[in-house]
Amino acid sequence: MHIWGKGLIFGALIILAACKGPATQVTPHMQDNPQDLSAWGIVSISGKAMTLGQDAMPYDLNSPLFTDAAHKLRVVWVPPGKTATYREERALDFPVGTVIAKTFYYPKGSAGVLRNTDDYSADFAGEGLNLANVHLVETRILVHREAGWVALPYIWNDAQNDAVLERAGGAMALSLLKDNGETQDFTYVVPNANQCAGCHAPNATTRAIEPIGPAARHLNKPYTYHDGTENQLDRLVRLGKLTGLKSAQAAPKNANWRDQSAPLDKRARAYLDINCGHCHNPHGAADTSAFYLDRPEHQYPAGNTGICKPPVAAGQGTGGHSFDIVPGDANDSILVYRMDSTNPGVMMPELGRSTIDEEGVALVAAWINAMDGDCTAPQ
Amino acid sequence: MQFTKVYASLAVMSVVLMACGQQSTTSQTGTQSAAQDASFQKQLQTQLLDAKPGDVIEIPEGTFAFDRSLSLTVDGVTIRGAGHDKTILSFKNQIAGAEGLLVTASDFTIENLAIEDAKGDALKINEGKNITIRGVRTEWTGGPDVNNGAYGIYPVQTENVLIEDSIAIGASDAGIYVGQSKNIIMRRNRAEFNVAGLEVENSINADVYDNIATNNTGGILVFNLPNLEQRGEQTRVHNNQVFENNLKNFAHKGAIVSTVPAGTGIIVYANDRVEIFDNEIRNNKTTNIAIASYFSVGEMSERGVKASFDPYPEGIFIHGNTFEGGGNSPTLLELKALKLAMFGLGGSLPDIMWDGYVNAALPADTLRLCVQNGAAQVVNVDGPGGYKNPSMDQSAYDCTLPTLPEVKF
Repeated sequence: MHIWGKGLIFGALIILAACKGPATQVTPHMQDNPQDLSAWGIVSISGKAMTLGQDAMPYDLNSPLFTDAAHKLRVVWVPPGKTATYREERALDFPVGTVIAKTFYYPKGSAGVLRNTDDYSADFAGEGLNLANVHLVETRILVHREAGWVALPYIWNDAQNDAVLERAGGAMALSLLKDNGETQDFTYVVPNANQCAGCHAPNATTRAIEPIGPAARHLNKPYTYHDGTENQLDRLVRLGKLTGLKSAQAAPKNANWRDQSAPLDKRARAYLDINCGHCHNPHGAADTSAFYLDRPEHQYPAGNTGICKPPVAAGQGTGGHSFDIVPGDANDSILVYRMDSTNPGVMMPELGRSTIDEEGVALVAAWINAMDGDCTAPQ
Repeated sequence: MQFTKVYASLAVMSVVLMACGQQSTTSQTGTQSAAQDASFQKQLQTQLLDAKPGDVIEIPEGTFAFDRSLSLTVDGVTIRGAGHDKTILSFKNQIAGAEGLLVTASDFTIENLAIEDAKGDALKINEGKNITIRGVRTEWTGGPDVNNGAYGIYPVQTENVLIEDSIAIGASDAGIYVGQSKNIIMRRNRAEFNVAGLEVENSINADVYDNIATNNTGGILVFNLPNLEQRGEQTRVHNNQVFENNLKNFAHKGAIVSTVPAGTGIIVYANDRVEIFDNEIRNNKTTNIAIASYFSVGEMSERGVKASFDPYPEGIFIHGNTFEGGGNSPTLLELKALKLAMFGLGGSLPDIMWDGYVNAALPADTLRLCVQNGAAQVVNVDGPGGYKNPSMDQSAYDCTLPTLPEVKF
């Protein structure tokens, strides 16, 4: 009879579910702001793992924002039956109902000490995170509601079983062990919801919030999924989640800033794009400075590149230097001075870090030092 | 429709605070426990997040410490304290954020409170229309210091801005600084112990009057900087008291105001159509009024300055001011030598100093600087010639320009 057969299939489904872990249903909250992150279902705690919601897709970026060396797991969920539309420069145009979750965490070393390291190898459990090896700090939700995107910061509890909405942001003392054995003590700062918009509104006039990372040039790279490795844009296209793009080959691609084999200029511009370009663009909050650092492929005219450009309102942020960038002289360039500071009145970016990205500073310094010429040529 | 929200917990907090405050008269901060401060910080920031257009957020009397920036993005909100000497937001222990309070919203009013010791700017308003700042004090309480925040009150890319009855003290750049804005009234303010007292930069249609600027490096500045989308013009500076702005310049090199010689009363850099009249200007030891081109402060470099930038100040009309003293001890070496050569050890530079750069592309008779100010004289210090051939010929300045209209909005 068929009963036996049905039982077999049912049993196989149970086994399959057990192997893959039960995926939580994602709930896009279109009106309310749930107090608990778990109410979204986009990431969930299941035993000793943080797992992804059903149809939630992980992604990462060619070059990411620094954020005090935190590791990040980015997840996007596009509502069933809906698609994002390709845009070449801005973030992909995701449909209403889309939820993006970005979880900030640190790898744990022996005795649970948090680590500042480039090593991601022990972080993962499938497409999720292995909680035996990582400590969750915060998860930022971006949800695309009818009236636009909304940004919500959640802070993970000590028990590491859920995160709580903290719209006013937060601050926590952290201590990181660096790969060279040094200990780094600092206050990790979670932005408030307005500060989320401070970066996520790349047009300071409309102030419309939008995602930053999931733009084609940042996404154009392979990712290793549960079913194999595939270019992230190609996967979105293949799964019917992205229209307007034939293949990733037609899309722009930022360099991986850590990739020593890539040209120095492309690495530095990619780093500056993701760390600075959301404000330092012709429409951004830092258009007051006339110094633009977005879109590595875009060449700005003299006066906007920062090269030999006097600052506008840097105040004490000049550090005694006369120009944003002095070709060949990183040490005399305001850009490097501000990246190399943790004074809130001096540092750039203004938000999102409490420590110095030493490797980032070194990269940008090398880029400036490789530039020709000086700032003496008159018009 | 406006309505007021007074939060019970705020009132409780202020009661606690006043009780503590009576115990400690020497220190304005630290009167609350860290936990109370953290709780108030979260509460106020949440109020700012939840605000609706028309809301008035009242902050009671007391000193409140914050370790991170506050921010507001909702249009139509008023933030009101109990007085600039009573409601004090202290950022002395700030660890994050480039401002004390950052506002990115229109129809905004802030009044009757103080923002102290922000690590960066005290109050920044970035893009917005119809901004009123009234009775606000921004101060760095440790006195002038290169490591103080840059700007006290700092609206940028705003339109219809009223700043009145406010006080700015100790900014390492400008006390009150309106940048890249349109339609501005700055009146009845006091700026003291800043590098620049009050500054109008790349702005159009500004009215600066009834202010007191004293003990700054430079009292009132009207600037244009290169590379920006908007070139500034049309500013009236009148009926101000600008005296004894002789403070040593404590700005970092590179900041444009680091080029202002200590002892400058009113200074115009590369701006056009500026009318300076009926001010009381006295005892600014370098010069009471300076008119300068961008050549005197920066490099017109090919790589760093857009060729479209006009470095010349044009259409400057000075009349009816009262001068006293000043020019007796210029702080720039070149000017010191020049003064000695022209006016002797006990002499003084005249009340108005012009750097002498002219745009050769314009017709020679184009009016650039007109002075109708009684006995006040202009010295052309011959910047282009390396200060070698200064001139006291007054004939070129005996002209008038159309007066500018009052700013209304």
